[in-house]
Amino acid sequence: MAKVAKKNTLKLKFDSARNLAPAPESKRAAKIDPQYDLFINGKFEKPVSKKYFATINPATEEKLSMIAEANTADVNKAVKSARTAYDKTWKKMPPAERAKYIYRIARMIQERAREFAIIETLDGGKPIRESRDFDVPTAANHFFYYAGWADKLEYAFPNRKTEPLGVAGQIIPWNFPLLMAAWKIAPALACGNTVVLKPAENTSLTALKLAEIIQEADLPPGVVNIITGAGATGAAIVNHADINKIAFTGSTEVGKIIQRAIAGTNKKATLELGGKAANIIFDDAPLDQAVEGVINGIFFNQGHVCCAGSRLYVQESVFAAVVRKLKDRLETLIVGDPMDKNTDIGAINSKAQLDIINKYIKIGQQEGAEMYQSSCAIPKKGFYCRPTIFTNVAQSNRIAQEEIFGPVLAIQSFRTDDEVIEKANNSPYGLSAGVWTDKGSKIFNLTTKLRAGVIWANTFNKFDPTSPFGGYKESGYGREGGLHGLSAYINLIK
Amino acid sequence: MAKALVEKKRLEVLKTYKIYIGGQFPRTESGRYYMATNSKGEYLANVCLGSRKDFRDAVVAARNAFGGWSGRAAFNRGQILYRIAEMLEGRKAQFIDELTRQDSNKVQAEKEVNLCIDRLIYYSGWCDKFQQLYSSVNPVASSHFNFSVPEPTGVVAAIAPQNDSLLGLVSVIAPIIAGGNTGIVLASATKPLCAVTFAEVLNSSDLPGGVVNILTGKVAELVTFFADHMDVNATVFCESDAATQKMIKEKSALNVKRVVLYDKVKWADETGQSPYFIMDFQEIKTTWHPIENIGGAKAGY
Repeated sequence: MAKVAKKNTLKLKFDSARNLAPAPESKRAAKIDPQYDLFINGKFEKPVSKKYFATINPATEEKLSMIAEANTADVNKAVKSARTAYDKTWKKMPPAERAKYIYRIARMIQERAREFAIIETLDGGKPIRESRDFDVPTAANHFFYYAGWADKLEYAFPNRKTEPLGVAGQIIPWNFPLLMAAWKIAPALACGNTVVLKPAENTSLTALKLAEIIQEADLPPGVVNIITGAGATGAAIVNHADINKIAFTGSTEVGKIIQRAIAGTNKKATLELGGKAANIIFDDAPLDQAVEGVINGIFFNQGHVCCAGSRLYVQESVFAAVVRKLKDRLETLIVGDPMDKNTDIGAINSKAQLDIINKYIKIGQQEGAEMYQSSCAIPKKGFYCRPTIFTNVAQSNRIAQEEIFGPVLAIQSFRTDDEVIEKANNSPYGLSAGVWTDKGSKIFNLTTKLRAGVIWANTFNKFDPTSPFGGYKESGYGREGGLHGLSAYINLIK
Repeated sequence: MAKALVEKKRLEVLKTYKIYIGGQFPRTESGRYYMATNSKGEYLANVCLGSRKDFRDAVVAARNAFGGWSGRAAFNRGQILYRIAEMLEGRKAQFIDELTRQDSNKVQAEKEVNLCIDRLIYYSGWCDKFQQLYSSVNPVASSHFNFSVPEPTGVVAAIAPQNDSLLGLVSVIAPIIAGGNTGIVLASATKPLCAVTFAEVLNSSDLPGGVVNILTGKVAELVTFFADHMDVNATVFCESDAATQKMIKEKSALNVKRVVLYDKVKWADETGQSPYFIMDFQEIKTTWHPIENIGGAKAGY
């Protein structure tokens, strides 16, 4: 059997047949200061804490800059400035004027898009192609989309008026630094709130660059405050008494801590947490297309995606074919320098994350799953992980249950529709899912029954400012994007 | 002359007040009871003192009923809510009687029952309409068809208002089930009679067993389980007791439950009903599908 299969397979030999010349993006098109302070009340201010920490390029382990570490006193300053701006300026401003400020931010991101893309890639390790074509334009578009809502909120909620919540404390992850900042800030401002935002400590640079834009855009001081730091800074925001709303994107573990921390307060919360998305291939699916979708689903952004399609379910009759095609495709993925425009998979965001991924790879093997990794070479310096797939996976295996947040795919087979629905829903998470089939009625059967907030049918990992994103179950609550994303930042009043 | 079968001074047959789980009326598995009284301390009934096990059984029943109930046509759910209102209308006198025994007066009691019937009709109508109001087709920039619709959150565990024993109960249950959720409701501890009788109404209304499960018992004893059960998706609490609210929110973090607090709602006025109560127990699902060759297609207008 195996021999026949081999005979019928065209082996793709990209290594020898298509040696691509390096096509590196230039670092010179971006300006990174040696040190960044906290952006509070429209100015960059030295931290009360007097502390700074280094941010490095995970692709080379070289230091990029020093970042201020905000302590409780710094958080107090930022919240106070946001409160004053809310009371004195922002909530009184005619909504149409508010809109124009947000439009301005969108335009300025577009103008400086190349610089943002370069810094995003240097600081986070994602391929420049993704920063350039996805992160930065989508972030700009998000501001542009929500700007227009500012003076139209009365149309969004039937039979209700809206009022802003006040000061929003926003904590974002390291996987899409600029984009997550946009997802948080744009709707908050459009709805009339002011903001204290904390980027993840590994990836503060583009948020600080955004602060520069906010300054240039002449946004009234204090409307957006961007403070940097790690978990302690985030906790100080969450626990601050004068914050009305916490918006968090990150791990389910931290999300639960936040939910507990704000119990007994009147703070509202939206939580966008982890995921373990099922990606389902039926035997009537266009297999090559599906394989591309699976690759994009799990290897996009090195798998550092909360909605990554990290569980693959393949119908038994096409299982062997799909796995073979996946292995072939794996071999052609270019892993390496994120600044190279040909790179498909860049650097793992941090040493800590690489350790977690490697831990799970070990667990997968110990649990008896069969591992296959691309044979590609990986750079000696920096944090890299070969794209990895596991077959022979049991539903109860940890690699099929827990979020890995890396380029690791767990593959299982199934026979019937009902079986795969049950398996896909057998997860505490419910952020996203994917379905591949040529049959429309089957798509709708699946998309209706899968308990997840975003379902991609015959596609995967697509995002748009108009499209609400967020989870069911332990993947969190609240939506970001689209009309539904407004609910996170308003009170409804009669 | 034959002797009359019914004596003039007839002994009344008393009802056993039991709990309602999975469409059945079991006694509490704990075998415990408490005596419900009116405000003067006069005996009303022996009521089941529900236990943690009762609650867990009810969650199993609610989870099992969820697929069927959420999968029904919205129109069908609307008809069933309407049927519940019909059944309540038919047994109005019984509810007025029970409310009166639980310290209401006749005028108030009749008003409360009428409001409950009308509220069920109100939510019956919403069953197949709120989705249209809160859905959207999203004009994404890429070549995809993309839409968002509300879907039920799942199994909801609610502690019904302790004072508005009937109106509060109905006002909490109706939007939960109108939106396709299933649930477990703890009745008012001090005024439990109507809740059990309402379970009988539900049971004769074509509402599938397990969609609504009604327990009686003490809030303080059961509230923790309403908040920390891992197969419950949302918790409702209607009292203003800050310590309990905090505890519920903390425990709910175990599996990221949605916590809905209704301590400020006035059930008796018009703000006590709206489609936003339905939306408190809905998730938004967004679906994407590619559109082939949107720009390059030759055929067109």
